[in-house]
Amino acid sequence: MEFVDGLHCRECGRKYDVSAIYVCEFCFGPLEVMYRYEEIKEQLTVEELMCRPKTMWRYKELLPLDHEPTVGLEVGFTPLIKARRLAKVMGVKELYIKNDSVNYPTLSFKDRVVSVALSKAKEFGLGVVACASTGNLANSVAALAASADLESYIFIPFDLEQGKILGTLIYGTNLIGVRGSYDDVNRLCSEIAQGLGWGFVNINLRPFYAEGSKTFGFEIAEQMGWNLPQHVVVPMAGGSLITKIWKGFKELEKLGFLNGGTSKIYGAQASGASPITTALKEGEDLIKPQKPRTIAKSLAIGNPADGYYSLKVMRESEGWGEDVSDAEIIQAMKLLAHTEGIFTETAGGVTVGVTQKLIQQGIIPRDESILICITGNGLKTQEAVMGEIGQPVVIEPNINDFRRVANQEISQ
Amino acid sequence: MLGAQVRKRVYLTFPQALIKEPVVYNVGKKFKVVTNIRTASVTEEIGIMALEITGEEEEYQKAVEYLRGLGVRVDPIEMDVIE
Repeated sequence: MEFVDGLHCRECGRKYDVSAIYVCEFCFGPLEVMYRYEEIKEQLTVEELMCRPKTMWRYKELLPLDHEPTVGLEVGFTPLIKARRLAKVMGVKELYIKNDSVNYPTLSFKDRVVSVALSKAKEFGLGVVACASTGNLANSVAALAASADLESYIFIPFDLEQGKILGTLIYGTNLIGVRGSYDDVNRLCSEIAQGLGWGFVNINLRPFYAEGSKTFGFEIAEQMGWNLPQHVVVPMAGGSLITKIWKGFKELEKLGFLNGGTSKIYGAQASGASPITTALKEGEDLIKPQKPRTIAKSLAIGNPADGYYSLKVMRESEGWGEDVSDAEIIQAMKLLAHTEGIFTETAGGVTVGVTQKLIQQGIIPRDESILICITGNGLKTQEAVMGEIGQPVVIEPNINDFRRVANQEISQ
Repeated sequence: MLGAQVRKRVYLTFPQALIKEPVVYNVGKKFKVVTNIRTASVTEEIGIMALEITGEEEEYQKAVEYLRGLGVRVDPIEMDVIE
């Protein structure tokens, strides 16, 4: 809070004191956390920052808390690897992967945003936190709330598959199945967020929650030696992550932490849930909602809250956007696993697939540095690749049978 | 007996055919709700409006159904929140 300069409306610029609010009372525009960058610049140096523990909280001056964080203290600083084998297959010179599929504790980038939201909920004195989610966000809220001694409620459509419920129920949360469509769940949660005095992480805590995504961008810059990759491919669901990675890069630039260079930002969607890339390709500012139909469930948002702002980032950074089919997503998941040993969820298949497509289209040049964002773990969405990756070879328990099979494998 | 008052914040998107129609005025006339336009952008092709609607839940629901029936898209300002 030392450096937080309140909330301001992204549309009309009106300023608000910090509280659990998320839209401008005047124009209904979304609220965003602002900071006093000049003061941060005076007090924080790159050298000091780099001596701190390797978690997302090493960038705490650029996060919206009044005090030290209290939830998710070990989150972040996930590996950034040079993907040499994948680069070879894609025919590019320099390719990197920022791998949040091993983020702590629930194996997705959501642990970053939820840690900030729940730390803020505690500062606001909110005893109950909540979210509506069918996957990664639910896992993260349930786990981190348990660790922080906060009561949590997770809302899901009542007919969600059992497998997805398990990874949330295990943490002892209150899991509420709402009888109705996705639209009904959305509407109910908006009402609850406005009326119960709870911390709904992606509704009334959204301005704070979303700031956690910046740490994904900060880490990219730091792990690249304070140089930005020339091209960054980001998955888009609601569109928050892409806008916050861009904001994070801009903040580091303002603080003078970067050696130079700029990134072009590319948004990646599944073709079955592509309202943002469709608007981009059609040259529109208005996002037309879609009914999502894709295996990339973690990106299946038909009416994205930050769609308009995502378009602005792609255009302003001179990047672009693309989408891939379910078949391309599976192929890309297999490609990443075969070349780099990373089992990503379907959203990772989307970013890898889109990167490949943009390279083939000549939009991303082959001789410049490229970074692919991987935001979730494949172990959570195993059903997506079931039946697509072959079967084990079964042999009799004798060496000759093994030799027969091994010879066949070698000759293939 | 009066029901509980609700205050809803929605985005309306008007198709081209409805841009010249006094749709919001008609909502206020047909249903017991108060409409309060917060911001709007209207071009020859499309109209977008941030609207506050206050009234009893039942009247609000009827107003939304009426708008949708005309072909106006009605979205909560939070958009999709299931992540």
